[in-house]
Amino acid sequence: MIMTESLLVNLSVVVLFLPLLGFATLIFFGKKIPKLYLFEVGILFGALILSIIIMYGKLTYFIDSDIVSKFRWISFSAAPLPGYLNIELGIKLDNIAVIMLVVVNIISSLVHLYSIEYMHGDKRYSRYFAYLGIFTFSMLGIVLTDNILMMYIFWELVGLSSYLLIGFWFEKKSAADASKKAFIVNRVGDIGMFVGILILFFNYNTFSFDSIFEKISAGLLPFGSEAWLTAAGILVFMGAVGKSAQFPLHVWLPDAMEGPTPVSALIHAATMVAAGVYLVARIFVMLTADAMLVIAVIGAFTSFIAATIAITQTDIKKVLAYSTISQLGYMIMSLGVGAYAFAFFHLVTHAFFKACLFLGSGSVIHAMHHEQDIRNMGGLRKKLPITYLTFLISTLAISGVPLTSGFLSKDGILAGTLVFGKLTGHWLIPFFGFTVAALTAFYMFRLVILTFHGEPRDRHKYDHAHESPFVMVAPLAVLATLSIFIFYTPNPIAPDAGWFLGNWVKTPEQVTPHTTRFDFMIPTETESHVHSEIVNSELYTETMHWAHYPAMIMSILLGGLGILIAFVFYQWRKIDIDKLTEKIKPVYNFSLNKWYIDELYEITFIGQTLNFSKALAWFDNNIIDGIVNGSAYVTRYASKLSGLFDIYVVDGLVNFSAFFSGFLGLTFKKLQTGKVQTYVVLVVFSVIILLFFFKPF
Amino acid sequence: MVGFPILSLITFLPIAGMIIILFLPKDKQNSIRYTTLAITALQVVLAIILMSNYNYSAAGVFEEKSFQFIEKFRWIEISGISWLGTVKIDYFLGIDGISMPMVLLTAIISFIATISSWNIEKSVKGYFALFLLLDTGMMGVFVALDFFLFYIFWELMLLPMYFLIGIWGGPRKEYAAIKFFIYTLFGSVFMLLVMIGLYFSATESLADGSKVFTFNLLALMNQSNFTPDGILSPFNPHNLRFIAYLALFVGFAIKIPMFPFHTWLPDAHVEAPTPISVILAGVLLKMGTYGILRISYPIFPEITKDLIWYIALFGMINIIYGALVALAQKDFKKLIAYSSISHMGYVLLGMASLTSTGINGAILQMFNHGTITAMLFLIVGVVYDRAHTRGIYDFGGLATQMPVYSGFVTVAFFAAIGLPGLSGFISEALVFVGAFSINLIRVLTIISTLGILLGAGYMLWTLQRIFLGPLNEKWTSLPDLDKREYFMFVPLSMIIIFLGVYPSAMLDIMNASVNTLVNFIHSNVSTTLSGF
Repeated sequence: MIMTESLLVNLSVVVLFLPLLGFATLIFFGKKIPKLYLFEVGILFGALILSIIIMYGKLTYFIDSDIVSKFRWISFSAAPLPGYLNIELGIKLDNIAVIMLVVVNIISSLVHLYSIEYMHGDKRYSRYFAYLGIFTFSMLGIVLTDNILMMYIFWELVGLSSYLLIGFWFEKKSAADASKKAFIVNRVGDIGMFVGILILFFNYNTFSFDSIFEKISAGLLPFGSEAWLTAAGILVFMGAVGKSAQFPLHVWLPDAMEGPTPVSALIHAATMVAAGVYLVARIFVMLTADAMLVIAVIGAFTSFIAATIAITQTDIKKVLAYSTISQLGYMIMSLGVGAYAFAFFHLVTHAFFKACLFLGSGSVIHAMHHEQDIRNMGGLRKKLPITYLTFLISTLAISGVPLTSGFLSKDGILAGTLVFGKLTGHWLIPFFGFTVAALTAFYMFRLVILTFHGEPRDRHKYDHAHESPFVMVAPLAVLATLSIFIFYTPNPIAPDAGWFLGNWVKTPEQVTPHTTRFDFMIPTETESHVHSEIVNSELYTETMHWAHYPAMIMSILLGGLGILIAFVFYQWRKIDIDKLTEKIKPVYNFSLNKWYIDELYEITFIGQTLNFSKALAWFDNNIIDGIVNGSAYVTRYASKLSGLFDIYVVDGLVNFSAFFSGFLGLTFKKLQTGKVQTYVVLVVFSVIILLFFFKPF
Repeated sequence: MVGFPILSLITFLPIAGMIIILFLPKDKQNSIRYTTLAITALQVVLAIILMSNYNYSAAGVFEEKSFQFIEKFRWIEISGISWLGTVKIDYFLGIDGISMPMVLLTAIISFIATISSWNIEKSVKGYFALFLLLDTGMMGVFVALDFFLFYIFWELMLLPMYFLIGIWGGPRKEYAAIKFFIYTLFGSVFMLLVMIGLYFSATESLADGSKVFTFNLLALMNQSNFTPDGILSPFNPHNLRFIAYLALFVGFAIKIPMFPFHTWLPDAHVEAPTPISVILAGVLLKMGTYGILRISYPIFPEITKDLIWYIALFGMINIIYGALVALAQKDFKKLIAYSSISHMGYVLLGMASLTSTGINGAILQMFNHGTITAMLFLIVGVVYDRAHTRGIYDFGGLATQMPVYSGFVTVAFFAAIGLPGLSGFISEALVFVGAFSINLIRVLTIISTLGILLGAGYMLWTLQRIFLGPLNEKWTSLPDLDKREYFMFVPLSMIIIFLGVYPSAMLDIMNASVNTLVNFIHSNVSTTLSGF
């Protein structure tokens, strides 16, 4: 097949809209045609095949060039302010986009397949598949976009789909709460992202990533200052803080476990949380040193917090949820320390083993009749052999045990942090990184041991447990297989020797001014610029070589230590765990209650906003409307007064004058007696008086 | 379409319908309803004809020859009054890119409101007669280009509205109707004063070369028409233009309604019957912002430019304050009323930017708010018809009981939240893009973005309280949407989704006019502000 750029673009548009087609079809006809969900599942596998073709085409024929295709969405033609303006949307196929495309479609299609059995018998069965469709569509939009506005559009659509899916069983109050929380917490981050977009658009008059980067590299800074460039980077990053569940906006993610388990797999592996990391990868080249440091610190801190919480959780999905947060923290941290390629690598490897873990936990929950508490499990490896095996492989991967994919990507990240510590002096970041490596291995093996090893603690449920059907275990097998090193590199201890990092994904060079970069990210000027691939200084490259083996050995040792402690505590029971927790009760509770962050938000932000809104409503009702009603009252009162005035004074005068004339009339009418004699007398007297006055004579 | 008085037709068609209805016997209720439906449907058809014959590149705004579908002839002519000179008032209609979306909106909303009025049982004849009178008033406001005519239509709308709330309303209908009436009248008085002041300050040349005072809005926009000593003339050093601007602004602000003149709105909405709420929120509120764009901006451009910070400030207050107060409401309808206040704040903010993006966004937001809020009020109406309560706490789990209804609810709520893909997003985004580009109001714009968060807060909270969670036992017998209700929701949802995906359909209509308006304001002002 001959691959042309336009063919790849057209194919990717088809891939993008296929799941939306599935959504629309199921929404409108799902109730009438019960088998229609198969259409949606089929569509996804179609999309998967197409996306593999796209990836193959891109990586074979256009490995070093990006394919961009745009169309005009809104035109303001010759607008006087802010000048000639068009808003364009478009698709950008670069290496990370096509790889992500495949990853999303692999996981989404496997989740679809898995859900056929897992959701069997649900009363909104077809609705569920419709939502999976729109979720996939939204995520693919994020992956394929070439501009930040479209990113934001699909970003919000991911928010909507997650709202629908987390709250899928909305009859449960906790599920409805969780979906609302997810949406609103994400919105907090989105506001920052939106303001960041406004800054970029105002300064560059374009939403396109490439055009923005071009202008930055030409020396145009937002509002002419480096500080604003940093601010823009951090603000856009806030979006990722929300979606990728970074501290302090990580609180939605554990609650999101209220959704059906396959949805959790989708959210945690391929969609939504991956979107945040992907966004940071997209804007990576415009991040200044200050912005990167903020990102690295947030990532490191998040991964640490989440790992410390995960070690005490007893809900199988909650443990996995916190482990996701922790691993996402890793990726964000990795981007912050400049280890871009490893961050993306970890995004991919994590997607597979985390999807496997979640689907595995779903298989356990399914088998145990919706039991999620690991204290009531145990011994399940005999009942669920395939689930156990795949779960174990994924656990090895997430713990960073050699020969797994997780080992490769994690090792790279840890080496990156180590280099960062050495070159910048921020040693706390590698410290967090390595601590988390040990903690991760510990809590993951704690999970495996409590769930699958030992004796069953709930006999009744254990006896009724059985291995899940084929459509559920097949995805597990595929995902566990993809957690093995061989898919990424032939050499199990050198991540960058393989095709993934060696050929496909490379750290791009920053476009920010040299003064705002870390020194190690300024390419060394060599006489012959043959090594155009070198985007960092030679010092960085050397330090990376130096860090490679120490990081690897330390990560193996710390991982091993974590696993060992897990076995000591839970498998061999050499130390009584209950006594230990009793001794460190405050610390234990602090971890169990998730550092009391939810409670803190409840009384501060949420409580205060609600109080304030109540106060304002009172103000509105009583003061503002009070003034309106008051002025109406005053007017009425004044009119009553003037009415009284009218009655008693104005009308009084009128009546008085009437009365007065009446009085006069009454008085004088007495003169009119009708007797001629009286008139004669009056006339005579009058004449005499007149004569007396006028004296005519 | 030259020469055919299509604008008069679309404006006065409802009056013709009213006359027909008045001749129909009282007990022929269905004939009355179908007559109204036919009239409003015809209006929609006419609006679509207007759109399809609309010239996208003709700008209008201040230039008579680029207005479209113009009808102009002498309406009132009194001469020989010694001190007044000759009074000449024109019947002058025409539309441009600012009014075209509003005409379309009015036609659509009237049609939907007619369907929604089907279950009005009390004195049907009177109701629909008043309804059609209201329709004429609304349409007239958007097509009039003569201030006097504009004012007549503006007042014409008040009377039927007063009775429609006062007779067919809820328990406190008299209070709400009087409050609405007096509040709006209060604003109209200011408008009247300014109108008369403008009349005596500007002249228009007639064909025979003589000059007469004028109400012609387009003549008033041309500052060279002002007399040297007119009270509102820019050439008069002691002119009262600033005060006049404020007075006029208050007149319009009451209609928007802008904080602190907004308290009539929640009362009017809560008491008004559903279709009247739909019209109130869908069309009437837009008249305030339309009036500012049509009259205040081009007639007083220099004052407008001086006051943009304040306009933006009130926009921001509307957004944040409206959203916060909405968050505390327990009555579904009152909540939607306050959300309207919040959403109209975006219009003010966009207008304040005086940029092409901002004003385009503002007008698009007017249209989108019209359709989205109409849908929200219909949603309240549906549940109130069935349950006879609007308390947010009284419900729960309706999504299980009424799935189709809940589907439409989801569309409307997320459109109100500003979800991309639905129409509310793009207008809000354009407003922000426009407002952000002006230094002077940038901080206000950034604060306003909090509205996005608060909006999601109160909307999702309501969605959860009423539709999610376990089904309240009381409501297990509520039926889902019937056919009639279906017909109200489908067209609105289609518009909301269509404009969300393809906003250019509307933006292209208004763009030329908005660009002209922005140019006009900036070129008319010699003083410049920082930030341009």
